[in-house]
Amino acid sequence: MAGRRATARGDVNSVNPNELTLAEARDALKAKRLSARELTQAHLDAMAKARALNAYLLETPDRALQMAVVSDEKIASGEAGPLEGIPLGIKDLFCTHGVTTTAGSKILQAFEPHYESAVSANLWRDGAVMLGKLNLDEFAMGSSNETSAFGNVVSPWRRRGSDAPLVPGGSSGGSAAAVAAQLCLGATATDTGGSIRQPAAFTGTVGIKPTYGRCSRWGTVAFASSLDQAGPIARTVRDCAILLGSMSGPDPRDTTCADLAVPDFEAAVSRGVKGLTIGIPREYRVDGMPAEIQKLWDEGAAWLKAAGATLRDISLPHTSYALPAYYIVAPAEASSNLARYDGVRYGLRVPGKDIAGMYENTRAAGFGREVKRRIMIGTYVLSAGYYDAYYVRAQKIRTLIKRDFEAAYADGVDAILTPATPSAAFGIGEKASADPVEMYLNDVFTVTVNMAGLPGIAVPAGLDGQGLPLGLQLIGRPFDEETLFAVAQVIEDSAGRTALPEPWWA
Amino acid sequence: MSVDEKTVRRIAHLARIAVTDDEVGPLQGELNAILAFVEQLGTVDVSGVEPMTSVTPMAMKKREDVVTEGGRAADVVANAPETEDNYFLVPKVVE
Repeated sequence: MAGRRATARGDVNSVNPNELTLAEARDALKAKRLSARELTQAHLDAMAKARALNAYLLETPDRALQMAVVSDEKIASGEAGPLEGIPLGIKDLFCTHGVTTTAGSKILQAFEPHYESAVSANLWRDGAVMLGKLNLDEFAMGSSNETSAFGNVVSPWRRRGSDAPLVPGGSSGGSAAAVAAQLCLGATATDTGGSIRQPAAFTGTVGIKPTYGRCSRWGTVAFASSLDQAGPIARTVRDCAILLGSMSGPDPRDTTCADLAVPDFEAAVSRGVKGLTIGIPREYRVDGMPAEIQKLWDEGAAWLKAAGATLRDISLPHTSYALPAYYIVAPAEASSNLARYDGVRYGLRVPGKDIAGMYENTRAAGFGREVKRRIMIGTYVLSAGYYDAYYVRAQKIRTLIKRDFEAAYADGVDAILTPATPSAAFGIGEKASADPVEMYLNDVFTVTVNMAGLPGIAVPAGLDGQGLPLGLQLIGRPFDEETLFAVAQVIEDSAGRTALPEPWWA
Repeated sequence: MSVDEKTVRRIAHLARIAVTDDEVGPLQGELNAILAFVEQLGTVDVSGVEPMTSVTPMAMKKREDVVTEGGRAADVVANAPETEDNYFLVPKVVE
């Protein structure tokens, strides 16, 4: 038995409130079959039993219950917002007013923002309830959640017949694990090179990185500003569409945030794929890809064809250069963004013999190994004599990667289907070798999307031979998340909603 | 290209990160592994290609030249390790 069904169908009153999807819970709240307080309490109880997963860095039960009470009042008085009473987890990269925000780093261990991130503020505006702050790789730099200064997240998934702990993926590992383990109805996440889609694929959840500029970056701790984008992780395509509708929208405080009205993403979910052309890029057929992933990819294509889409083989010739170019661009931007952590204005301070010594000691003690490594690579590629050879060249290659996609879309392709990850989840500590590149290869299928600023969604498509989830990725045109939701829904329907892990932790 | 120990120490200093003697060797190995990985970009023909400056074409946003926020000094310094009268305190810089 691989797992249990995602939700029990039928009478909402007969099921555990955490087993509802976000859409089902929303409808139950609206129909007053369930109160926000009950729903929130059920999640707080589940969180308390699931501390072994280390998904939440901070639980905020008092705030959650206060917000739930207000939601119940609003529902009673007919003033409910679109997410009224829906309990969510917030990745600890989003600044939350008066609630510690660490970015998974020792350097921000005691940081208490006096402002609220645009994305989380949009969710509260729409009535959502905050359950707590979710674990992540330090400053969102990682693909396994093993770089968090506050310990690994343990995936709720295990290989069949094994109790070896697995990674949930990263950097949004806490978000993905909490959603898969039913510790929230949905979670915020961020994606710089794959940090929403890879953990979603590893945990059998749905995650979308919208187009660069769809969500405001204001108040989200910056990693690489030209690549960072917020998005939701949830258990169904519809739930992701609902959450993205609330999270996104124009914001004058982020000059790269697009001044575009937010479409009705939920309405797009049921559009179907009839008449759409789906590109299958040959460059994603990489050497050494497990046969199971290839099979899943072929199956996904067959499902879309059966539902009325046209398949087309396409070429994205610069695909293989995206990951190395990313490891120049992202560290370069990170080295600049993380220069602000100097022990002066906020965060940790470690004294030194002079001010430079204070900076150096503060950053040596406050940053973990992966973060230091990336800051140093970024410093090197931006330093005199290397800037043109590394940084400018990488930005030119980024132009070429984007052109590949533009050519495919100009040729009539509506969306592109690829595997989400080159493997299923791996064990904690399994990729701790001296070569950091081994870990970086996890993002080989997702990073192209960030480099080109496009939207990408990961949707569960099946389980591998060991009973672990595998996901497919769809890549869309700029600001056409609606097509991604429509296509992803067909995959979700065809695959049958992925089972959830057995709750061994509870 | 690869970095030697001296370069690792120089980069660490530029990045304002103190490194111990024990850390230099492993860091050198890790940085060189990353640099070896990105080496393949040298084979791409980029002649005549403009470097990307903005991933989505958009006009720079403009706003009225007015004060939008201010008078929140206490909020601004609230998380500072050391302050006095809403100023950040740092070790003496000028003798």
